[in-house]
Amino acid sequence: MDLENQKRVKELSETHGAENVVVILGAAEGEASGIAAETVTAGDPTFAGPLTGVSLGLKVYHICEEEIKAEVDAGVYDEQVGMMEMVLNLDEIAAEMQSIRSQYTKF
Amino acid sequence: MNSVIKSVAYTLTHAPDLVIHAGTTQTTERIVNPESEYLVALPKALRKYEDAVNYPPNQTYIGGMTPADLEKISMPWYENGTKSDRFGKFGEITPQEELYLVMQICDCFDLVMLEASFAAGAAKQIESHPLFTDEIKARIKPGTEIAVIENEVKENGAEGLYHDNKLVGCVKKAHSIDENLSAHVILENLVSKSTSVISMMNLVKNSGINIASVDCVIDCSEEAVGDMNQRGGGNLAKASAEIVGFTGATGFDVRGFCAAPVHAIITAASLVKSGTYKNVIVTAGGSTAKLGMNGKDHVKKGLPVLEDVLGGFAVLISENDGINPEILSEYVGRHVVGSGSSPQAVITALVTNPLDAMGIKITDVDKFSPEMHNPDVTKPAGAGDVPESNYKMIGALAVKRGELDRTELPNFVTKHGMVGFAPTQGHIPSGIPYLGFGREDILEGKITRTMIVGKGSLFLGRMTNLFDGASFVVEKNSGTTDTGSISEEQVRSLIAESLRDFAKSLGGE
Amino acid sequence: MAILANKKIVAIGDRDGVPGPAIEEVVKTAGGEIVFSSTECFV
Repeated sequence: MDLENQKRVKELSETHGAENVVVILGAAEGEASGIAAETVTAGDPTFAGPLTGVSLGLKVYHICEEEIKAEVDAGVYDEQVGMMEMVLNLDEIAAEMQSIRSQYTKF
Repeated sequence: MNSVIKSVAYTLTHAPDLVIHAGTTQTTERIVNPESEYLVALPKALRKYEDAVNYPPNQTYIGGMTPADLEKISMPWYENGTKSDRFGKFGEITPQEELYLVMQICDCFDLVMLEASFAAGAAKQIESHPLFTDEIKARIKPGTEIAVIENEVKENGAEGLYHDNKLVGCVKKAHSIDENLSAHVILENLVSKSTSVISMMNLVKNSGINIASVDCVIDCSEEAVGDMNQRGGGNLAKASAEIVGFTGATGFDVRGFCAAPVHAIITAASLVKSGTYKNVIVTAGGSTAKLGMNGKDHVKKGLPVLEDVLGGFAVLISENDGINPEILSEYVGRHVVGSGSSPQAVITALVTNPLDAMGIKITDVDKFSPEMHNPDVTKPAGAGDVPESNYKMIGALAVKRGELDRTELPNFVTKHGMVGFAPTQGHIPSGIPYLGFGREDILEGKITRTMIVGKGSLFLGRMTNLFDGASFVVEKNSGTTDTGSISEEQVRSLIAESLRDFAKSLGGE
Repeated sequence: MAILANKKIVAIGDRDGVPGPAIEEVVKTAGGEIVFSSTECFV
């Protein structure tokens, strides 16, 4: 994850409390989703950014996951994201996200 | 009359030592994690020049093979290269030694120093190169003692130029306190200028154009040329045109992240169509910053560092000759401020809006060239297959519009798309790499229409959250000119001539 | 318990996936408050 984005996530968790922050990803495939999710939960796996060794344990989802779709307006979702469902590998993304959450999310 | 794509050139420059010393992934890593395993493993993961030449996507980029040929080679492509030539029908793959010499040729302020024996060796190498004119060679300066170079790097903030991990030269800073003229920035700009110059030299050969008849050069790379009073002041275009010898040309730069090349072609096409200029060249050199951008992922997975080449291209846009494919200036696609940033809003703005204006369907475009990033590079880095995603998005929109049956989606990707083959150099992959093949495919009657799509991530500059993009359609020439129509006979003789030239280039002449 | 309602949402989009502003539009409809939105670019 971009270093500046890591810095912002860290600061926002401190400001609002990690239990109140939810990260929503839009990554293009499973592995990248997993790495971004790991960064905001267990810490930066690439050892490059401000979240290196910082385990925020944030709640993190991909925008295309069923849990998110169940909560948002279906019309807006279809307009903004719908087409990407034909492009992205949703099962792979969901499996990665699930795996990271079950290991590292604290909330 | 619409303007035409008269000629195209594509070049790559192998720059393994610049991966280490100038790529931002590596320079960042040296700051945040100087002891990292990656930096230790990196030098061994770099490819030799021959490997970069033999690499199938690189061969495709310079026209040594077609995208259809590339598709037949199984991935990963870095494991399946075969002995190939430095020159392809569109251009060449320049080795690092020659790049450093061209940087010295392009340096007008005595900022580039090359060690004497290295400089002599590189000069000898280009002696047999067919495209270096005497005027260009006359710019070569004598070499310097290595001790002087070492001192510049150690004491005066110069950026070292390395070859095979050995210091062979340097780029000095151009101002004592102005960071816009720091050695790092000068190096970045000189590399961009040099690779643009190499591309335009190839374009002169490919097009056979009289260099005095070039009216204007537009540079659409991603570098900012200027000093502290006008950062990004620009006109790298004119600076490069000077070296190639376009004495009759003016120039200017177009910037717009990865979408800049498409904006630049649209601009050039309009300038020619309006009669302002007859011959306009759109050019871009490569980006040192993006070398090894995904290197950490590549090294971690045991791959060679595949982002070891700088990209470049040059496109000649001329008055309608009744033969070459036309740029349909009236039907450009554009992502406007109010378009929205959802993927479907972007594709609608760039693809279907102009097609609706033309009164044709998505499936009426034979080939789309969105962003031709090489998937061998992007997939292991977690960025997916960018061209394939774009084709799926365009196909998905065709399904939504009822122009394509959902079951036909996979076929659409193969039929109207192609595999990606361009280096991940930002502005380089953005649509333009297919223009050379597209022009030929149209001339040979294989296709009648292609759409070139560029997209730009404006938000990276932190001035807006907006996305950007533009597109244009290139179509078979209608065959009429201001002075009358062209006979089929003339078309055939032109095609035969270009095939002969290609055969010659394969023969290594 | 809802994931998004009344939470502080950080959107990290991808220019080749779903970009930040598109995530914002969607998340807002479930009552999440966007505190930061960005789009990454790997190419």
